[in-house]
Amino acid sequence: MNWQAVKSIYCFEMARFFRTLMQSFISPVISTSLYFVVFGAAIGSRIEQVEGVSYGAFIVPGLIMLSVITQSISNASFGIYFPKFIGTIYELLSAPINFLEIVMGYVGAAATKALFIGLVILGTAALFVDLSIQHPVAMLVFLVLTCLSFSLLGFIIGIWAGNFEQLQLVPLLVVTPLVFLGGSFYSISMLPEAWQTVALFNPVVYLISGFRWAFFGMADVPIGLSLMAIALFTGLCLGAIWWIFRTGWKIRT
Amino acid sequence: MTAIVQIANVEKVYDGGFAALKGVTLDIEEGEILALLGPNGAGKTTLISTICGITLPSTGSIRVGGHDVVHDFRGARALVGLVPQEVTLEPFETVWSTVRFSRGLFGKAKDDALIEKILRQLSLWDKKDTAIRALSGGMKRRVMIAKALSHEPRVLFLDEPTAGVDVELRRDMWEIVAGLKADGVTIILTTHYIEEAEAIADRVGVINNGQLLLVEEKAALMTRMGQKHLRIDLQSRIGAVPDALAGFDLELADEGAALVYRYDTRAERTGIASLMTAMSAAGLVLRDLQTSQNSLEDIFVGLVHKTEDAA
Repeated sequence: MNWQAVKSIYCFEMARFFRTLMQSFISPVISTSLYFVVFGAAIGSRIEQVEGVSYGAFIVPGLIMLSVITQSISNASFGIYFPKFIGTIYELLSAPINFLEIVMGYVGAAATKALFIGLVILGTAALFVDLSIQHPVAMLVFLVLTCLSFSLLGFIIGIWAGNFEQLQLVPLLVVTPLVFLGGSFYSISMLPEAWQTVALFNPVVYLISGFRWAFFGMADVPIGLSLMAIALFTGLCLGAIWWIFRTGWKIRT
Repeated sequence: MTAIVQIANVEKVYDGGFAALKGVTLDIEEGEILALLGPNGAGKTTLISTICGITLPSTGSIRVGGHDVVHDFRGARALVGLVPQEVTLEPFETVWSTVRFSRGLFGKAKDDALIEKILRQLSLWDKKDTAIRALSGGMKRRVMIAKALSHEPRVLFLDEPTAGVDVELRRDMWEIVAGLKADGVTIILTTHYIEEAEAIADRVGVINNGQLLLVEEKAALMTRMGQKHLRIDLQSRIGAVPDALAGFDLELADEGAALVYRYDTRAERTGIASLMTAMSAAGLVLRDLQTSQNSLEDIFVGLVHKTEDAA
């Protein structure tokens, strides 16, 4: 293993993040505050409680997931697409490193950034609502796994994308709807029965449900199922990465 | 001595069927400077990309320092530095962080003193904290070289290093190349500028249509392939080449004040002696003689055209 190279990629990517720290920090704070104003104050005043939890607190796990998932994907996809776009990828290809080391550097950095933003949102949310986290370890595990798996997905998208439109395509057309419909702002049990069944085909439901369980001890689906779902998703992404690694798809001609 | 780069029967066919390399075999000795000449699209960059791991060979094998570039890519690539033809840099990074990144990527422990030395050598030291996008084109090219040197390669590939570069930078580049050679670094450069190959290379290879037409010592190549011109200044002007000299490849020059005789140094007889005899028999009086050699450019153009005619 060329750990020095992994570290170099990781630090180089993180430096980009720290250079724009204010943007990285302020934008999640502002958007979280906006969500609280709109959903928490405007809608929350009518809903008040979901299964014993105040609506303001109820949406916190979903809000964090929403940002963490989008951030993971955009960080990782941009991280690897940018060198492809401007041509500096020649250096990655001619360096004595293998694909897995490249993945570790870029995905590690993307996941770290997303994790940081997730924690910032959690901190911001704590200013608005009373939050108690029933299973802090499980909460962290879910958060880290989500950051990692969606960064892997983002990396795959970045490798696949041939232009900036394609880079935005999957996050915009697939991921955002899945996250919004995945129970970020409501409990699946609030849906009509038919739609509840449909919702169970949405993988994000399992993520948000498990994450919410870590906060409040209540979930739409059993926690074991949530864990299995995220393990399966991570496994699929790793499999895809492995296949790209074997074939050099879209990277090495 | 075994060659530091061994290329054996390498073919490269891109998806879509374009054959960029058609069976290239070449040994590059440690410490030499090899210039690869060839027109655009000849396969120079593909050859370099294949050695450096950016593309994979379709068939054949390449070894660098005894390491196969596909199966033992770590060993091979650790020895190789590449300065690609196009300047590609992260616009928002500083010179310092970009060059430092390259060293880390090649698995070398950080060595700020070495990077400082490289940046000073390339006149980049006072720009070290400048963002790349604020640099001039020539400066960016220097950064590309600094990146390649940052991990102390034993073999350095310079793909068109002086294309679109001003005179000063070109001279600097030649100096850097000479310094690297003194340190024992093997250098392979591709170029359009034949004067460049003539000025700094030990050996010259000519590529066209994915084939290596020849590789030879520069000096040997010039003598072997070299046509020479013998210019004979005459005492008095003549109107035409006298009939007695019709058997020689002669041309009038300077409105009859001189004759130019073209001969091949490779031929068994150059014909100079018999020309002299014939001239004095024809009553021509010589004032001065001078010979000149074909430049590499003439040789190159001759070679490329010959293969194109044959094709």
